This record gives sequence, structure tokens and C-alpha cells, in this order.
Amino acid sequence: MLKAQEIKKDVYWIGAVDYESRNFHGYSLSPRGTTYNNYLILDEKKTIFDTVKPEHAGFSLERLASVINPAEIDYLVINHAEADHAGALPDFIAACRPECVFCSPMGQKALEGHFRAWKNWPLKVVKSGDVISLGKRSVHFLETRMLHWPDSMFSYIPEDRLLFSNDAFGQNIASSERFADEISREVLLSAMSEYYHNIVLPYSQQVLKVLAQVGEMGLDIDMIAPDHGLIFRGKEDAAFVLKTYRRFAEQKPGKRAVIVYDTMWYSTQTMAYAVAEGLGAAGVPARIMSLKDNHHSAVMSEVARCGLVMVGSPTHNNGILPFVSGFLTYMKGLRPQNRLGGVFGSFGWSGECVKIISERLADMGFELPADPVKVKYVPDAESLEQCFALGLTLGRALEAKCG
Amino acid sequence: MKYVCKLCGYVYDPAEGDSDGGIKPGTAFADIPDDWVCPVCGAGKADFEPE
Ligand SMILES: Cc1cc2nc3c(=O)[nH]c(=O)nc-3n(C[C@H](O)[C@H](O)[C@H](O)COP(=O)(O)O)c2cc1C
Ligand SMILES: [Fe+2]
Ligand SMILES: [Fe+2]
Ligand SMILES: [Zn+2]
Repeated sequence: MLKAQEIKKDVYWIGAVDYESRNFHGYSLSPRGTTYNNYLILDEKKTIFDTVKPEHAGFSLERLASVINPAEIDYLVINHAEADHAGALPDFIAACRPECVFCSPMGQKALEGHFRAWKNWPLKVVKSGDVISLGKRSVHFLETRMLHWPDSMFSYIPEDRLLFSNDAFGQNIASSERFADEISREVLLSAMSEYYHNIVLPYSQQVLKVLAQVGEMGLDIDMIAPDHGLIFRGKEDAAFVLKTYRRFAEQKPGKRAVIVYDTMWYSTQTMAYAVAEGLGAAGVPARIMSLKDNHHSAVMSEVARCGLVMVGSPTHNNGILPFVSGFLTYMKGLRPQNRLGGVFGSFGWSGECVKIISERLADMGFELPADPVKVKYVPDAESLEQCFALGLTLGRALEAKCG
Repeated sequence: MKYVCKLCGYVYDPAEGDSDGGIKPGTAFADIPDDWVCPVCGAGKADFEPE
């Protein structure tokens, strides 16, 4: 009963919508669910681009069968070996018996690492610049290494001005709408940012390189079809996506702050609220996010638009609280650039907290323009003034940085 | 001197070489052929920098 959806003449979406997913890749939240998009082109060579997450294989195969007998498929193109796109590859190979399965050089290595059956598959390695013919159409491959895995690849169909971009430009949105112009731009942008800042951010230099390459190649694009979320149709929306990714990758500091903390007996929390007042006095909007109430990926989505990240933890067993440590580990891996940091925390007798956080932020390349504020036990009016002053000083420093 | 891949973080150690890529232990980074690629992500030699 599931149907394929034609997105261009003889080009179909045959993906799976996962309304239930709240956990993307096992480490980040996807509050709006997600989709695993894959695509079918009916030409002389019947070709499928990517598969879906293994549990969803049946749904995609059903959509496929609504337009063509799967046994008539000639080619599979695997732009990325990760489980949410290649996990159902064994099912697709069994159903379609393709003549060739195209992947990048690194894709072959990654497929070998995932599937013991790969030796029996008709894998064919394609590199950047390689072109295959489907009949009326051709597929041009562009390796996009480390965007976001070594094997990641784009497939471009010049005759359709269509780019299959795999994970790049994705959004975690489950919906019956297929096109970005059918939903609220605000929701779309927020989902694009959440996705970028929790997956793609560390590879921002590669993003700029790929965007430059796409520019140099002068690719004529009027549809960008990613493997998660909505499809961008029309030249205007295609340009919008490229421009948005350039903005994300450039990481110009945003004039906002996020105050991230955890607390045992609320002293550090009280300090966080005083810091926020100081930021307000400097004219910098700030959001306070407790790590008990906010997942690290939700905090990272907020860090996306913030040029200033304030981190607070009490001292706990000569260290910091584990949620704060976990968040710092998570943020470090995502390598945010061009940011100011600020540090605060309460302690009882040894007070290592602020030193540890400062070192970890400095190690990530954060500028720390002000001394941290550390308060013994419960903050009094004077120490809250210090927190206020910390917020004020850092707010002004951010103002100066943003120009 | 060790060289690190700017794309994926792989470190080329001259003492180890890269057996998959046919680079013998003891080969300085400068002496690696220009068509050699990063064994982890496939980046070219130009994408490496001193560690
Ligand atoms: C977002 C993301 C980032 C990753 N980063 C790295 C990495 O930096 N280095 C690496 O060796 N593998 C990396 N991997 C690959 C995983 O380690 C690999 O898929 C592993 O098999 C997952 O093991 P698991 O099934 O126990 O989660 C990454 C995977 C994802 C999804
Ligand atoms: Fe992926
Ligand atoms: Fe994905
Ligand atoms: Zn590499």
C-alpha cells in the first residue's frame, strides 16, 4: 500500500518516515523524528540511490515495488556506508539482484567493515569525476570525504539538475511533506542547524571545500535531495541550502550566550541566574540550560547560535560533575570555533571545578577573557555581584568580538 | 617528523610507514610518492600537515 512519490519526471522518493525516532545515531536527540530517504531513477538503467535503516527495509522495498518489479533494478549507488543508509543493502541486493553496486573507494572499505557478504556483491568503485550512463541520464560522482565519514559521496544528475547529497543538508524531521517549501522555514532552519551542529560541525573546513568545488564545477542545480528530511526544490531553495551551509561552516560568533551548568545543592544554579542578569545588563540575550534537564545535543543546538558559552559546575570529589564533563567531551569533539568562554562554580574545601573547566575550554580553543568566579558553599550577595560582573564583562567582550 | 591528516586525524609515523599503502617503515613523509593517499580517509598528501 505504500507508494513511491515522483519528485521529478521518472525520479522517485522511496524512503521511510520514522515518526518514532527520538534518538539519532545513539548519541543525539531527534525530537521531530527523522526520515531515511532513498531514491529511484527509471531510465534505461533502473537505479536506486542509497537504502534505508535496516528495520525500515520493508517499507522502502514496498514503495519501490509500487512502480517497478525490484528484480528489474540494474544499479545501486551507495553514497555512504553508515547503517541508516546502507543497513538495508543486503535486503536490496537480495530483492533487486543488481548488476553493479557503485560506491566510493573509501565506501568499499567501509562496506567491507560492515558486511561479511560483501565479497559476493558486484561492488564497483567510482571516484570523484567518474561518470556512469543510465541511458538518457548520467551520474557524476563527487567524493565528499569526512562529510561526515571517509566514504561519503554526492551523486549529481546534470540532465535533471539534481543532486543526491546523502547526509549533507539533512534535517531530522518526520513528515508527510516531502519538500522544504511545504513546511515552516523557521522549523526547517532550526532542524538544519540542529543537524549540522551535532554531526557536521567538526568537518566545517571540508564543507567549505566542497562548497567551493561545487561552485568551481559550476553545477547547475535545481533540486537537492538529502537522505534525511525534506527535499529542496527550485534554484532558489538549492542556493538557500548552499548559502546556509556556508554560514554554518564559517562560524561567525552569534551575539547570544548559553549558560550550561549542573548543580548538587543549587549554589551553582543560583550563580548561573546571576550571570544571566549580568549578560542582560550588557544587552546580550542568554539562555540557561541545566544539564539535568537538557540533553547535550539540545545544548549543542543552542551553542550553534551563541558566540559565548558559560559553563558552571560545583566541585565534586576534586573534579566536576559528570554531566558537565560529558558535555565538555561532546562539545570538544564537535570543534566549535570563534567562541568566548566563561566559567563559574561553587565549592566546599578544595575547589578544583573552575580550573578544570577553564583548562578544558582553553584546550578547545575558547578565548577566556575573564577570570572565573568561584564561591565557597552558598553564594552571598557579594558573590552574586561577582557573578553579575562576570556576565557583564563577558557580555561586553562578546559585543566587541561581534563588532 | 610525524604528519597528521587534516581531514580525519590519521597520523603518519615515519617509524611505522604505511604497509597497506606500500610505504616501508623508516620512510620520511617527504619521500612518500605523491599519489599516496591517507589510509583512513583517502585524502591526498597535500591534506597533511606536520603534527
Ligand atoms: C557521528 C559519528 C562520528 C564518528 N566518528 C568517528 C571517529 O572520529 N573515528 C572513528 O574511528 N570512528 C568514528 N565513527 C564510527 C563509529 O565508531 C563506528 O561506526 C562504530 O562501528 C560504531 O560502534 P557502535 O556500533 O558500538 O556504536 C563515528 C560514527 C558516527 C555516527
Ligand atoms: Fe552518516
Ligand atoms: Fe545519515
Ligand atoms: Zn585522513
